[in-house]
Amino acid sequence: MMAGDLHTQTLTQLAQGLEHGHFTSVELTRALLERIERRSDELNAFVTVTADRALAAAERSDAARAKGEIEVLSGLPLVHKDIFCTRGVLTTCGSRMLENFVSPYDATVVERLSAAGAVMLGKTNMDEFAMGSSNETSFFGPVRNPWNLECSPGGSSGGSSASVAARLTPAATGTDTGGSIRQPAALTGTTGLKPTYGRVSRYGMIAFASSLDQAGVITRSAEDAALLLGVMAGFDERDSTSIDQPVPDYVAGLGKSLKGLRVGIVRQHFDAGLDEACRAAVREALAVLESQGATLTEVDLPNLDLSVPTYYVVAPAECSSNLSRFDGVRFGRRAEDPEDLLDLYCRSRGEGFGAEVKRRIMTGTYVLSAGYYDAYYLKAQQVRHLIADDFKQAFADVDVIAGPTAPTPAFKLGDKIDDPITMYLNDIYTIGANLAGLPGISVPCGFAEGLPVGLHLVGPHFGEQQILRASHQYQLQTDWHTRCPESFA
Amino acid sequence: MPGVVRVSSAWEVVIGLEIHTQLATDSKIFSGASTAYGAEPNTQACLVDLGYPGVLPVLNEEVVRMACKFGLAVDASIAPRSIFARKNYFYPDLPKGYQISQYELPIVEHGELFITAEDGTDKRIGITRAHLEEDAGKSIHEGLDRYSGIDLNRAGTPLLEIVSEPDLRSAKEAVAYMRKIHTIVRYLGISDGNMQEGSFRCDANVSIRPRGQEELGTRTELKNLNSFRFIEKAINYEIERQIDVLEDGGTVVQETRLYDSDRDETRPMRSKEEANDYRYFPDPDLLPVEIGEDYIEQIRATLPELPDAKQQRFVDAYGIKSDDAAILTMNRALADYFEAVATATDANPQVAANWVIGDLSGALNKDSVEIGDSRISAEDLAGLINRIHDNTISGKIAKEIFEAMWGGEGSADDVIEARGLKQITDTSAIEVIVDKVIADNPGQAAEYKAGKDKLIGFFVGQVMKETGGKANPGQVNAILRTKLGSS
Repeated sequence: MMAGDLHTQTLTQLAQGLEHGHFTSVELTRALLERIERRSDELNAFVTVTADRALAAAERSDAARAKGEIEVLSGLPLVHKDIFCTRGVLTTCGSRMLENFVSPYDATVVERLSAAGAVMLGKTNMDEFAMGSSNETSFFGPVRNPWNLECSPGGSSGGSSASVAARLTPAATGTDTGGSIRQPAALTGTTGLKPTYGRVSRYGMIAFASSLDQAGVITRSAEDAALLLGVMAGFDERDSTSIDQPVPDYVAGLGKSLKGLRVGIVRQHFDAGLDEACRAAVREALAVLESQGATLTEVDLPNLDLSVPTYYVVAPAECSSNLSRFDGVRFGRRAEDPEDLLDLYCRSRGEGFGAEVKRRIMTGTYVLSAGYYDAYYLKAQQVRHLIADDFKQAFADVDVIAGPTAPTPAFKLGDKIDDPITMYLNDIYTIGANLAGLPGISVPCGFAEGLPVGLHLVGPHFGEQQILRASHQYQLQTDWHTRCPESFA
Repeated sequence: MPGVVRVSSAWEVVIGLEIHTQLATDSKIFSGASTAYGAEPNTQACLVDLGYPGVLPVLNEEVVRMACKFGLAVDASIAPRSIFARKNYFYPDLPKGYQISQYELPIVEHGELFITAEDGTDKRIGITRAHLEEDAGKSIHEGLDRYSGIDLNRAGTPLLEIVSEPDLRSAKEAVAYMRKIHTIVRYLGISDGNMQEGSFRCDANVSIRPRGQEELGTRTELKNLNSFRFIEKAINYEIERQIDVLEDGGTVVQETRLYDSDRDETRPMRSKEEANDYRYFPDPDLLPVEIGEDYIEQIRATLPELPDAKQQRFVDAYGIKSDDAAILTMNRALADYFEAVATATDANPQVAANWVIGDLSGALNKDSVEIGDSRISAEDLAGLINRIHDNTISGKIAKEIFEAMWGGEGSADDVIEARGLKQITDTSAIEVIVDKVIADNPGQAAEYKAGKDKLIGFFVGQVMKETGGKANPGQVNAILRTKLGSS
């Protein structure tokens, strides 16, 4: 295997290459770092590239391998969304507030992946505090979509999706609060998995909306996502909301055929609002699943149209509280020469946060205020229960629910950034899974006007196995996930 | 106190207390950092306490156990499901910008206890709720020119906030209630109750209304009262002030007031208009606390005998005065000490009670020693009492021996032996001294015989002086009367 085409391989392929001694982790790491060096600027996908650290880790990995000490991810490179705290490394969360913040500790996700042998190449750009669907709210500027540099790679995990799509890394971590892994995966032709709420620890993942946030991965295949999830998942005593459930061998479960798999289709998912070409691609994908032995049934999610407004009450409410800790007192941006305490708060936060973050903090503060709490926050929580119940009912009859991930393919940078409502509607198909705490995955399923389209599969609680297996079986039958933007081939 | 006089005439006082009790856990309520008092600033605050990006709280199970103990001790109901909520406000010593507390569903509700009212009767005081929360850090302003220092050692220290019903009708009742709570939390071992270190402090809601009126008057909240004396003084000052305002035709403003002990007055801190909207909502980082019957029964089984029950038992079992039993049971260690003394002597237990409440407590107070560190063990005090009981020493000599024992000279027997204090009960020995005293004082002897009865005291005194106080006073008296001849 030539070092020149290592970037084209999936994690699973690279793991085999390392195992067979076709190349070393240092060679692999060097090749990808060189590629990042050459190509990442045009995408603006990275906030930090940790080249020295990566090479040192790769050297250690090679040395360990020589001694026969091999872990699941030994020597395999990946990148972390800059929302994950990484000890001794800049952790900005895409914000001016944390422009100079070096974390004193590792997030559990980072710790587990490192302990399994993964080599971190760098930290990826993202919407500020994960608030955005286009990566345009980042203090470090928008990320560009490798399929069309004028387009958005989606958000908020846009740096992760773009770097995986452009073959700068075989895999990236991401976080998904309303679609922030799945929508960018759909817009860049990559595979994006958001696990069940509580499946992966949130410790060390800078909180946006605590009851919705979940860590996951963006990869180039469902198989790779299964490999990484197996390492990341599991109870963490430092996160009370992580759930103590055994972690199955996700990779081992991929092989089972789709015969008898009951796939639910939600009629509203195909209403007006869904781009024609996207509709066609998703319909085609459903036909493939059917041809593989799955049965398609229509399911009803009657309260689905309430998911976006519900989300935009719950998420801002939690974020308004979660972001209070950024006050200029202990870490992060501090205004220079404050006159008094109020001035310190107002200027540190005024200078540190961008427009979208401020908008959500204000919205959230409003919906939690005395006199509005019942009408907004409490009502939203009630609707959230209804939505979760709808899914529960639906999963009585089906194993997975399938539909489009996003209503349109990648849109032009600048097109929606001044219209928050249109931007928010980008997550219309993904938000339900967050509100209900369900696992979801987006897999590439075709193209619309030359841009990738994603098929969205949602499973019941702890149904990662089902959606990964369906995705993998689909990917055995199709090659959309192997397509690479021409200029990044 | 003039205020109290005026109250009893036209105004009725209504007081409710919010007591903050620091729970005696080793580590903080949501992190593993130590709660030890007095460390260098910011050395006992971990990333969770500092509210670093990405960290999450994890509930210390010990605080749940402690809150349940308290709930059971005051006959409250323990919530099968309680919820932690965020109380949002900005302050530099509040690292996350919110305090984790309990709001709508507290862990303990609907409790009660009884205090002794001023007229001596038992009075029921309702406990609305008790909820768990984290303490904030401290802002330090002294000695830092133009700056404020922040010490986050205290941030995340577990607190149980105990809220009473507005059932208290005077400052004295408020103090009695607070003392009762203080006693209970220390009995349960859930708090050290140290008021100087801020482990036990209270806010008082005070209002007045015309006697007979149903509707409550506008209340003010007095903040951070950290001694029993200040609570009484602050509340009395506030009652006076409110009466003055109302009798001058004014209205009481709902506000928070701070008590200044140097000037003995309360001053407004912030008024309701500036009050924060705390935007409470359930903390999504923490699961609801769910408590089953089994758990509650397990805890119930570990409850110690509580002060009221112990007081009653002391009266019934030892026959001591009820007031003394009340004093002895205010402190569990003191009660245990008394009981150890009482069971180790043949004397009437009331004698043991007198010694413990009198000389022993006096010595402890004088030298600021806790009962647990008493320089005289219960066994040794019992030994001393036994020597009085068996007439080895007189009660008067016993005081001297007690002092010596407190000074470290050993047991009562050691001191009696070393100092030669054994009581003289040998009649012939006493007779010799009596004869000498009568011979030395012929004038007084003549006066006594002539009918000046009171001189017997003089002679007893002389004999005791001669014997260094060691003669048995009863015997001395009898022998003197015989020798002098009854008049």
